[in-house]
Amino acid sequence: MKLKWISYPYITWMIIFIVVPLILILFFSFTSGDIQELKNLEFTLDNFKRFMDPMYLKVLGKSLSLALQSTLICLALGYPMAMIISKENIKKRNILILLFVVPMWMNFLLRTYAWMTLLSKNGFINFIITKLGFSPLKLLYNDKAVLMGMIYNFLPFMVLPIYSVLIKIDNKLIEAAEDLGANKMQVFLRVILPLSLPGVISGFTMVFMPAVSTFVISRLLGGGHYMLIGNLIEQQFLYVGDWQFGSAISIIMMVFILIAMGITAKFDKDKEGGGLW
Amino acid sequence: MVNKIIKKIYTFLIFAFLYAPIIVLIVFSFNNSKSRGVWNGFTMRWYIELLKDQEILKALYYTILVAVLSSAISTFIGTFAAIGIYNMNLFSRKIVLNINYLPVLNPDIVTAVSLMTLFRFVNLELGFLTMLLAHVAFSVPYVVLSVLPKLKQMNKHLAEAAMDLGATPMYALRKVIIPEIMPGIVTGALIAFTLSIDDFVISFFNTGSGVTNLSITVYSMARRGINPEINALSTLMFISVLVLLLIINKRSSKDSKGGMISYEKML
Repeated sequence: MKLKWISYPYITWMIIFIVVPLILILFFSFTSGDIQELKNLEFTLDNFKRFMDPMYLKVLGKSLSLALQSTLICLALGYPMAMIISKENIKKRNILILLFVVPMWMNFLLRTYAWMTLLSKNGFINFIITKLGFSPLKLLYNDKAVLMGMIYNFLPFMVLPIYSVLIKIDNKLIEAAEDLGANKMQVFLRVILPLSLPGVISGFTMVFMPAVSTFVISRLLGGGHYMLIGNLIEQQFLYVGDWQFGSAISIIMMVFILIAMGITAKFDKDKEGGGLW
Repeated sequence: MVNKIIKKIYTFLIFAFLYAPIIVLIVFSFNNSKSRGVWNGFTMRWYIELLKDQEILKALYYTILVAVLSSAISTFIGTFAAIGIYNMNLFSRKIVLNINYLPVLNPDIVTAVSLMTLFRFVNLELGFLTMLLAHVAFSVPYVVLSVLPKLKQMNKHLAEAAMDLGATPMYALRKVIIPEIMPGIVTGALIAFTLSIDDFVISFFNTGSGVTNLSITVYSMARRGINPEINALSTLMFISVLVLLLIINKRSSKDSKGGMISYEKML
């Protein structure tokens, strides 16, 4: 049946709203001059050169390091959790997974805001600390608070993909390994872990990507002067108005994300279709 | 035995970590004091103040309006797009699906600033229209992704049989294909609705001239400092999302495939 033409409006839409905007960003990142007047735009690499300033490189380094740390901590916390849930019976399993999803569906600004109220100077945690006779701690507006916010917001993104791979592992494989004399550690390292790798990989990208590009968590939990690469982009586009530099930073960020995805995809041999790699 | 206890404690700690902030937020939304440490008795004061707050009511109005409009439009576009893509040859289908995947894979902030650049480039003033267009733009791919599996499950010969019996292609589409893929369409619509109602980043960059949604209001209020009205707002939003989640979960347990996408990127 020939119904192909039905998609033509969407293809047009897709070109206008997906392809063109990305090309525009790429284009502007290589130009200087007033973006309203196309004729006066000049090709330049200045926007990228400007980013090589130690001040900006430090922001990039901090973003990457915080994102990596939060991803690894999410993995360390999330893998055992996914494992425990996957071993339960179906009924309990579904309830536990639902409980994992529920906070995720709460607006993430509110989740982050909730931590603000917990960590603030006269917040709940400091209230308990002072009740116990200690002096209040400065919990908010530092690296640790931002890291915590990332882990809190993105932990489900690590647990869910790992879980969905773990429940599909054929139990007979584990039994076979045990019959052949493997101990628990060997079963885990040689059978379960390799089979769950696709889940770990998608968990890794699903945590790393939002963590590296966030500007909300860093603004709310890190304070007004806290800078991550997402904040830099926000600042350039909304307050400074230097769109070309903002575009260049976006491109740089995307390159790093693509590198991270490329590295993780290398471990994933049988990826289902639809991905870019 | 010891192992089991350790597992129980671990599970408890993780869930405590996930829920403690939400519970504290909800409890303190009834606290008769601006402070977040001390309990000063039960009050509904913040809820009453919230309902009188013009700024929040206006944001709520825009949030719902944009969510309804954008989910309706993107469901319409996405459903027809999926049917068209399904009927393409393998090569062009692959290209279209990969482009369709871009907004799903791209960080929100990149999608947001690229759309903002587009609107600025064509001299469209940022406001309600741009926010709506942006929401449709990032929801359609999810609708396509939830309708396509249903099309693949459908018996190919159904539509052909209808046309053999004298139905025109449009009639077969209306009477055979659309009813067959209805569960996918509804799942797609619900995903588009929740994506829109929950969105912050895309809206934040693509709105202007006084049009805000609830997320943007929360962000600007939270930046100014902690405000008990937000606690009340959070509680109400949490409960409404919970209700919505229960509805969706009922649906996706019926067709487990559609439910998976909703996990993927619900930020």
